[in-house]
Amino acid sequence: MFSTLLQEGLDDGPDFLSEEDRGPRAVNVDLQTDATLQVDISDALSERDKVKFTVHTKSTLPNFKQNEFSVVRQHEEFIWLHDSFVENEDYAGYIIPPAPPRPDFDASREKLQKLGEGEGSMTKEEFTKMKQELEAEYLAIFKKTVAMHEVFLCRVAAHPVLKKDLNFHVFLEYNQDLSVRGKNKKEKLEDFFKNVVKSADGVLVAGVKDVDDFFEHEKTFLLEYHNRVKDASLKSDKMIRSHKNAADDINRISSSLYTLGTQDSTDVCKFFLKVSELLEKTRKIEARVAADEDLKLADLLKYYLRESQAAKDLLYRRGRALVDYENANKALDKARSKNKDVLQAETGQQLCCHKFEKISESAKQELVDFKTRRVAAFRKNLVELAELELKHAKGHLQLLQSCLGILKGDT
Amino acid sequence: MNPPPFPDTAEQEPVFSDMRDGDSDEGEDIFLGSSKTGAESPSVPQLNIKAETTDLFAEQASSTAPTVGLGTGGSSNGVQSDDDNDLFSDAHVELPTENASSSTPSGPRPAATFIPGTADMQTKSMEQLEEEEAKDTFDVDVAVTNPEKVGQFTPIHFSLHNVSHYQSSTIKFNLYLCFNNVLNNAIIPFHHYNWKLYLFLSAGDGMHAFMAYRVSTKSTLPVFRNKEFSVKRRFSDFLGLYEKLSIKQSLQGCIIPSPPEKSVVGMTKVKVGKDDSSSVEFVERRRAALERYLQRIVAHSVLLQDPDVREFLERDELPRAVNTQALSGAGFLKMINKASDAVNKMTIKMNESDTWFEDKFQEVENEEQQLRKLHIVVDSLVNHRKELCGNTAVFAKSMAMLGNSEDNTALSRALSQLAEVEDKMEQLHHDQAASDFFILAELLADYVRLLGTVRGCFGQRMRAWQRWQEAQSTLQRKREAEAKLLWANKPDKLQQAKEDITEWESRVTQYERDFDRISVTVRKEVLQFEKEKAKDFKFQIYKYLETMLQSQQRLIKFWEAFLPEAKAIA
Repeated sequence: MFSTLLQEGLDDGPDFLSEEDRGPRAVNVDLQTDATLQVDISDALSERDKVKFTVHTKSTLPNFKQNEFSVVRQHEEFIWLHDSFVENEDYAGYIIPPAPPRPDFDASREKLQKLGEGEGSMTKEEFTKMKQELEAEYLAIFKKTVAMHEVFLCRVAAHPVLKKDLNFHVFLEYNQDLSVRGKNKKEKLEDFFKNVVKSADGVLVAGVKDVDDFFEHEKTFLLEYHNRVKDASLKSDKMIRSHKNAADDINRISSSLYTLGTQDSTDVCKFFLKVSELLEKTRKIEARVAADEDLKLADLLKYYLRESQAAKDLLYRRGRALVDYENANKALDKARSKNKDVLQAETGQQLCCHKFEKISESAKQELVDFKTRRVAAFRKNLVELAELELKHAKGHLQLLQSCLGILKGDT
Repeated sequence: MNPPPFPDTAEQEPVFSDMRDGDSDEGEDIFLGSSKTGAESPSVPQLNIKAETTDLFAEQASSTAPTVGLGTGGSSNGVQSDDDNDLFSDAHVELPTENASSSTPSGPRPAATFIPGTADMQTKSMEQLEEEEAKDTFDVDVAVTNPEKVGQFTPIHFSLHNVSHYQSSTIKFNLYLCFNNVLNNAIIPFHHYNWKLYLFLSAGDGMHAFMAYRVSTKSTLPVFRNKEFSVKRRFSDFLGLYEKLSIKQSLQGCIIPSPPEKSVVGMTKVKVGKDDSSSVEFVERRRAALERYLQRIVAHSVLLQDPDVREFLERDELPRAVNTQALSGAGFLKMINKASDAVNKMTIKMNESDTWFEDKFQEVENEEQQLRKLHIVVDSLVNHRKELCGNTAVFAKSMAMLGNSEDNTALSRALSQLAEVEDKMEQLHHDQAASDFFILAELLADYVRLLGTVRGCFGQRMRAWQRWQEAQSTLQRKREAEAKLLWANKPDKLQQAKEDITEWESRVTQYERDFDRISVTVRKEVLQFEKEKAKDFKFQIYKYLETMLQSQQRLIKFWEAFLPEAKAIA
């Protein structure tokens, strides 16, 4: 039901992402728009259980066949791209942009179902109102998921090394289905075990004290920061949910008052009708406030939760390389003392040394960039949050003042 | 003292003595004064009655504004003279037959009096009454404040120190005193001759403790002794007042505002000294409800004149009210429902020329339902806001922690500021939840209860109608019996039958009059109630909108202070 609704609204491509929402692209990241490669999601379609994104590229790079082209991609293909980065040894020294979360319309769908079941028990006005509200919610979730997928692509496109990745180019250009299937059960199980091993290893690696002060500091900082961002993200979600619930209640009060107001045409009833209208507008404002808080605050925190995890992963990989390097050193010494397989040990040690140094070098830069990005993103979002809160509060105040004026003037 | 002469009162007197038979209407009949005192039943020639009863049914009333059932309007504004007060208290009502000459028959037929026969008559008098009421402004302001916990029956130790050259000795006494001031371990010096007496008072918590409220009244009405005065009352006193008023007035069709309900849980927590926010809220809720209850009572013209009300407001010490169990919560509801069930169980449709009552009853029922629904939603809002308040507080702390671990100093400061803003938001949400509750939710709860009371009034009227109908059918039976006797020619029993008929005829008249009177009362009461309700709702909703306005103003201040901090991040 929603898909047809949204299709109508979405087929006109550029209008879909309204001016305000173009912002999300740069919401969580501070990116220099590079003329050589510009990526965005120009359109999106929501079908029964999947979302189809239209990825649009503009590039002056020679390796693309055209200067401007579009392909349709699904969420799984984004995940495939992300995983290919993670598994690529060459990128071990970079913070891999976190994968976008899966589009999740379950909550909305559930609510819609409940609404359908409860249709008999509420008045026609209430039903239409709640339906409209649900649709608005659905649309909001939809816009958010589009924004998050876009951010991922833009981060990749802005990264000096990742933007040259072949898989990325295929992703952007290949206009057939990439036939990336979701992981089957066996693969999912493998993944699960890999993660277990990784986290165990991570603990081990983290225990190794680093010679370099910078990295040691970063390790402790990131660990603490990550945990606190996680906590803040959870709490902000709860708070915003309560806010939405309160707004819903105001909606129901408005409907009730409307019913009361339509009983009669006395003075009081007219009064009720006016108050009902006022509350309806109030509710809209409160819902907007909650939505904006969600976008500017909750989403920001969620994004940096993922990014800080990616940064931690980088540190882990470096730590791993360090351990490997130290082990290789020990092996070399042992080989030299035993005077057996010295050459093998030497090459092994050299490889490890090279790998470790490469990672260290890029990691340092990545972490510095991460900090800069983070500060810029927080600044942007906090400023926008404050401005939006002010805008809504002033609007709300004006609404209340004018309404009170009218109501009192009538009596 | 003679009550002000009502036109044509005299002829109606005989029914007075019968009022007490088989009539649950033990309360004061406001026309005829108190039934408590054995009023003399004047001897009025029965002949008159007979003639009049037929007239009653046949004709239209054409008298002037019958001041039906209420001391206000028409001839007197009840509060002005003490004479009128006596009308309602235990004055003797003398119903002198000799007044018949002095009373001025205002209409062509003297019999037609209080009973407005047609709807037109009713509305005319209604309008007149309404106009008169608009002129009366009940200049009474009541406030309920200062809830204090009072320890009752607390042992007091006092020791006597003889400061003279006599050997000092300390004697401990245990005295049980009842007092109204909460003083923890106060020492009151008391001089008696050469003895110094120190009283150690300890106010107690515990199950004998109770909450005392200060009831302050400001009024320029001459009926009160002072212009401003206050007394201390406890919750059971309020319930006792309600009981007295209900017994007297509700049977006449008056709408008596109901007091807040008893709450064992809430009160127990307060008694045992729990000082948490829920007890504080409970006490505040009760205090506000008691205040509204009193304000509604004094806004009601009839009730204000009731001596019990004035006693409640003025008298320093009230006797403890007992039997308040029946008036709280479930008991009260049962009473109301019984009365309104009378309406629902009506198998015989009332033959009314005027569908006003039926329509109005339906309206009241509908409105009660609507308000109930609305109340549930407002309750939900209050809960969600409280939740929001809690979640905001938690989030603020989390933000503060995040700010601490952030190593960019400007960002760290901004995050801490954000945490502070969220803290202020928590306070804001808390205040808003309080207004949601105390202004909206309580308003709705009050009116759901009040509408129930209104339903009860309709029920009372129905019962009056039933009584009248039953009396009529009994009369019919008696007449048939008489006819039978005539035919069977039994003269000795005939006399009895004739007497029976006379009795029942007068009863029918009385009940019809009662019914009409209660109809007028109910109608007036309901109209008045609706006016008050409209005013109340408007006033409270304005108040609520104002709190919303203030919230937004505060919000603006918070975020305006934060914005430069956010912009300063580098």
